[in-house]
Amino acid sequence: MFTYIWQRLLLLLPTFIGVTLVAFFIIHLAPGDPAELRAGGGLAAAGAEGISSEGVSAVDQALIAWRAQYGLDQPLPVQYWRWLHNLFTLEFGNSFKDSQPVWRKIAERLPITIQLNAVSLVLIYTVAMPLGIYSATRPYSFGDQVTTFLAFLLFALPSFWIGTLALVFLCGGDFLDLFPPGGMTSVGYASTWSFWRRLGDRAWHLCLPVLIMSYGGFAGLSRFMRSSMLENIRQDYVQTARAKGLSEHWVIYKHVLRNSLIPIVTIMASILPGLISGSVIIETIFSIPGVGLLAYEAVLARDYPIIMAVFTISSLFTLVSILLSDILLTLVDPRITFSGRSI
Amino acid sequence: MSSSASYWRRVWRHFKRNTLAVIGLWIALALMGVALLADVLANDTPYYMIYQGTRYFPLLQSGLSSLGMVTLPPELQRVDFTQLPAERVISPPIPYRPNRIDLQSPFAEPSAVHWLGTDKLGRDVMAGIIHGARISLSIGFVAVGIAVGIGLTLGSLAGYFGGWVDLVISRLFELMLAIPTFFLLITIAATLRPNIFYTMIVIGFTSWVGMARFTRNEFLKVRNLDYVTAAVALGTPTRRIVMRHILPNALAPVLVSVVLGIAAAILTESGLSFLGIGVPADLVTWGSLLNEARSNSFAWWLAVFPGAAIFLAVVAYYLVGEGLRDALDPRLQ
Repeated sequence: MFTYIWQRLLLLLPTFIGVTLVAFFIIHLAPGDPAELRAGGGLAAAGAEGISSEGVSAVDQALIAWRAQYGLDQPLPVQYWRWLHNLFTLEFGNSFKDSQPVWRKIAERLPITIQLNAVSLVLIYTVAMPLGIYSATRPYSFGDQVTTFLAFLLFALPSFWIGTLALVFLCGGDFLDLFPPGGMTSVGYASTWSFWRRLGDRAWHLCLPVLIMSYGGFAGLSRFMRSSMLENIRQDYVQTARAKGLSEHWVIYKHVLRNSLIPIVTIMASILPGLISGSVIIETIFSIPGVGLLAYEAVLARDYPIIMAVFTISSLFTLVSILLSDILLTLVDPRITFSGRSI
Repeated sequence: MSSSASYWRRVWRHFKRNTLAVIGLWIALALMGVALLADVLANDTPYYMIYQGTRYFPLLQSGLSSLGMVTLPPELQRVDFTQLPAERVISPPIPYRPNRIDLQSPFAEPSAVHWLGTDKLGRDVMAGIIHGARISLSIGFVAVGIAVGIGLTLGSLAGYFGGWVDLVISRLFELMLAIPTFFLLITIAATLRPNIFYTMIVIGFTSWVGMARFTRNEFLKVRNLDYVTAAVALGTPTRRIVMRHILPNALAPVLVSVVLGIAAAILTESGLSFLGIGVPADLVTWGSLLNEARSNSFAWWLAVFPGAAIFLAVVAYYLVGEGLRDALDPRLQ
């Protein structure tokens, strides 16, 4: 088992290096280097006519100092190596906007995003699996067709549309006032509130965002669960189990379900990146101060250190989730060994 | 060739039996028509006009003059047709350009004058949606075209040559799957100037993995079949074997992901322009109209209609894609 995990980790290494290279490439895609970007408006003003030559040289000196600070005067491979080193020591530099360390800004907001994603993931699995089982045990029945249609509809509804509609019609605009229009806490929230009151307030605020973040997921996953179950129901071993007189309940829940869970576990690796991306949109719509909103604001303000840090962390997060789902896969399916696995 | 023609005829017959897929196809075609005819459907230049006793066809004339085929009569040059005291005017059904700012009527509710209302600058929402179809569809088609190009090339290379080529390209697939695409998109969009061409290219470059995998798997399946071995034995050049004998087999599954890819690209583009990333600020798109509803929550029409347009386009392509998948699946025939 541990050898397997080590081998997987080794195989992830080239992928990880690839991700960091992509990230590094994007930094250099930006017009000008980070020092010029940081100088930003100041440089433009200095280049304008009527500015004294001392003003220009002051900006130039600042640029040289910044280049030295960021290591931009070094050749590219050295820069990459330095950047990689900084990455491993969690040294992402300071935000251009307020000169706060990027790492601290992200650490402040990460728990909120993780909370949002974890609740969504749990919700997706608890709704989708029973729905999938329901559909698969009654294929082509009326109930199956209704859930198929609903799943299709939910899958096609863009979450940013539903989010905006919810904001306009449910969150205290000119229409209904059922949910708060965003944020994490009510006005007048105090840490002296009882635990249950705080929990209730949090739940009331996260209800819509979590629902909107997950509905696409449970539509997709329930379809996936259904086809996975149906594929197994057609297998010979199911016929054998029925032939030897096992009850249908036992056949479905003991034999079919266990085997159908295998692809469901692996698909987690592809749901997670979607959720991470989704949190940018959902956090922006509902003004939830998580990493997604931080990234969005950083993009608008061209705050490169934050953008790069969020990009790298979310890629790492995705890599880890792929690794986790691989490990989970060996736990649920003893037939899978490392040597027998292709790609 | 005749067998291939009958194959597609059979696919079409199965496709036609699926009512929802046919509805999707009609919606997709209608949207394409709207996108192509956007300038004729929503424009503030009239079709026909009698002005100072003379007949004019201003829309046709200005269209032809922009192609350099005729010169516009001087009395029609640089005029605001809505202000012209013409005797008789036949205007397009939506007599507005999408970017025509009218500060007299911001946030007008849907009415006979503005069918779907106006936005914060008094721009007509209906005109915006009609011209937005052109932007969304062209981004969808071009992005998927780029993705198909990359996907087919890399997939064929990996599938045909196998070995270390396959190993390297498969690592590339893994890499692309490990990168959160949407983050990559907003990161790149943030570093580049907002421009719909960059958006097309970036969406194309981040969405080819599925197609490449399909192509690779199809190549792996086909490349050891007898007819390919026969072609190799006959000394057929590799390029010809790949292009004529193997690639056509891979086209059917790729076609499904092309159609679904258009839906995904439209969704991504609207998501980006909803966030105000990737398209110039003054360009009216489905996403940018929807975005205005976020800060003006009383303007329900800005939330409902542009979003419905996105949904309609996405559903249409999903339905066609699903219908195509069923029609191409030999197990269902």
